[in-house]
Amino acid sequence: MTGVRIYATYNIKGGVGKTTTAVNLAYLAAAESGLRTVLWDLDPQGAASFMFRVKPRVKGGGKALIHGKRPLDDAIKGTDFDNLDLIPADFTYRNMDLLLDSAGGSSRKLSKLLAPLAADYDAVFLDCPPSISLVSENVLHAADVIVVPLIPTTLSVRTLDQLTEFVAGFNGRRPDVLAFFSMVDRRKKLHKEITENLSSQRSDVAATAVPYLSLVENMSVERAPVTVFAPRSAAARAYRELWAEIRSRDTTGGG
Amino acid sequence: MTPGLAGFIVSGADAQTWDDVVADVLAALGQGFAVVPERGATRGARRRTWFDTFDWRLYRAGLTLEYVVGRGGGELRLSGGDPAADAAQPAPGWQASRPHPLGDLQDGPVAARIGGLVAPRALLPAVTVSVGAAVRRLLNDDRKTVARLVVEHPAVAGGDHQPLRPRLTITEVRGYPGQARRAVGIVAGVPGVRPVTEPLLADALGAVGRRPGDYSNKVTATITAGMPAAEAAAVILLRLLDTIEANVPGVLRDVDTEFLHDLRVSVRRTRSALKLFGDALTAPIAARSCALTGDELARFAAEFKWVGDLTTPVRDLDVHLLDFEETARALRAAKPDDLEPFRVYLAQRRLREFRTLTRGLRSPRFANLTREWRERLTRIRDSKNGGTVATARLGQIRKGAGETTGTLAAERTRRAFAKVAKRGAAITPASPHESLHDLRKRCKELRYALEFFAPLYDPAAYGAVLADLKRLQDCLGEFQDTEVQIAEIRALATSMLAANEAPAVTLLAMGEVTAALAARQQAARADFERRFAVFAGPDGRRMSLLLGEG
Repeated sequence: MTGVRIYATYNIKGGVGKTTTAVNLAYLAAAESGLRTVLWDLDPQGAASFMFRVKPRVKGGGKALIHGKRPLDDAIKGTDFDNLDLIPADFTYRNMDLLLDSAGGSSRKLSKLLAPLAADYDAVFLDCPPSISLVSENVLHAADVIVVPLIPTTLSVRTLDQLTEFVAGFNGRRPDVLAFFSMVDRRKKLHKEITENLSSQRSDVAATAVPYLSLVENMSVERAPVTVFAPRSAAARAYRELWAEIRSRDTTGGG
Repeated sequence: MTPGLAGFIVSGADAQTWDDVVADVLAALGQGFAVVPERGATRGARRRTWFDTFDWRLYRAGLTLEYVVGRGGGELRLSGGDPAADAAQPAPGWQASRPHPLGDLQDGPVAARIGGLVAPRALLPAVTVSVGAAVRRLLNDDRKTVARLVVEHPAVAGGDHQPLRPRLTITEVRGYPGQARRAVGIVAGVPGVRPVTEPLLADALGAVGRRPGDYSNKVTATITAGMPAAEAAAVILLRLLDTIEANVPGVLRDVDTEFLHDLRVSVRRTRSALKLFGDALTAPIAARSCALTGDELARFAAEFKWVGDLTTPVRDLDVHLLDFEETARALRAAKPDDLEPFRVYLAQRRLREFRTLTRGLRSPRFANLTREWRERLTRIRDSKNGGTVATARLGQIRKGAGETTGTLAAERTRRAFAKVAKRGAAITPASPHESLHDLRKRCKELRYALEFFAPLYDPAAYGAVLADLKRLQDCLGEFQDTEVQIAEIRALATSMLAANEAPAVTLLAMGEVTAALAARQQAARADFERRFAVFAGPDGRRMSLLLGEG
């Protein structure tokens, strides 16, 4: 495997654990795999920026970045952790669809903006806002791997299928889609059934499931990845296993 | 973590106060930031060892070579003025405690950059420093890390050395340059702290009583034109004795071939100096109480001849072995492998000769020689028997100003030059080889005379004369050395044959080697007239200018 790998955490729905996943995986990539890593917080709510204690503000806003007036490089902030940098969110990202549209409406604009990062980074994580939009389409085109957190419900499986079909329609390079069950409540029979069945049946669903734990919610109080403040917790273990699974797919060329 | 933005060092000489100064820095930073220890930063002290050749070839080229052991094993890091040219490579099997021949360095970017510079010398550990570091994070109001303070406590490893002054570095966090600058401003304002300019290597060497570049095989004696001649002679000879003694341990440990080479050069210079101005050490020029008698002078000269002769066989074999690979590659008819029995034979011979050499250098005879020589020279140097003491360039010394270094240097250098000019001019294409060999010796004497008294000359004129002379010497050296090597190879072939260690192909290959040497000798001979004409003509004008007669 050579060059930079781009990972996006994506789901059309909000509140499924996208940001938590992006923050923890990016930290593991940097701290445990030793990869030079940058996380771009594309969500105007700025939850990932908040967790890394970085102010959700970019000079010139999203417009300067999208229109190429300010290189992405300028916006990068170091986190508290070695090897891990962040491109903060900005409230103007809420209009990113319009910005991308005015920049030509291409679904590959983001890919072009990210290209120069390949010189300095081994891994790029994109934390996407929940939506179907030109932004998400750009993200899906830019990514090598799309990590999809799913709440174990029948409906969410349908959403995964829709996404897979959509990506299958891409011309040329297609990202590897890997879903995993997030916020799994073992006490719920339905959660247990869906998780166990689908993980064994589908190659695009990870064997690892991240349980629902109040510790994960604590991340926004601690303002740090769970793998930092509770490295031996069940949550940290689950994210480590998930990251190992993603890495093994990277080396074997996808599922 | 980005590289250090600015480095500071605790400036006080009193080690007792250092911790207080560091505490003051932390207190000052605490006014502008929340200061907390780095997470999980409990790594132990890191050992850093600097390597260079005995004669500081890397340092002189503006390079430092550092050996560190990290998680992935040992690594050599080369750095110099240009950070883009820095290089690193793994160094398996490397040890911080012993010299390493260049052969221990596997192929890699460091080897590629320093190989040519270092060869044929070995890399020696100069000093090892153990560096304990404490990292603190500087936080803003969001408790976000916006800069770091690294406090290093270096100490020279091994022995009972005093600790080195703590070093403080502010490192920047990407995207927060203003905060790092603010931290730098705070640290700079703390009394007892100053910006660091000296590299850690220099500090560490200072603690063990050394400095980078503290060895050179150059004469570089501190003399002036107005100094009494006897004193200058003693100063020059003491400097040569220092070089001889500095190289003895390296010779005995057989670290690399250049220890013996430098030792030999200093012995040869000593013998030349005795011939050139040894009389300055005898009465009545020197102080009567400590002057040498003519007999004593002759005895010391004979003893240094003994040392020179003692070292010759190993050096001759070293020359063959150093050139060996190149010689083998240059073969046309024979295969390089054909010469292998010759190399094995040379190596065995060297082993035997090396034993004889070390016995000699460890003998009471050698110890007495160096001890007595130092005692006598020191007494002469320190006797200060008056004489004109005025610093002046050679040309400005009035004739008959007394027995000063200036008059001695001018007279003896002129005499040495006259010999070279006369004997060189007498050489024709029909002259026997011996006349060129003799001229080479005279050239060496002149060269040494120029080098001994170098501080008295105008640097530009000196440089020009020396450059011409050096080219002439190279030509004469090539002419004689090739002849000597041919004779040696013939003798070695005979003894190999007698010992039944000479396959026919090896003898043939050795024959080819001598043929190549003979061709080089002829080329040198053909070049001689031109080289001599450049040096001597017209009428040695450059030399006259140098001696202040122009």
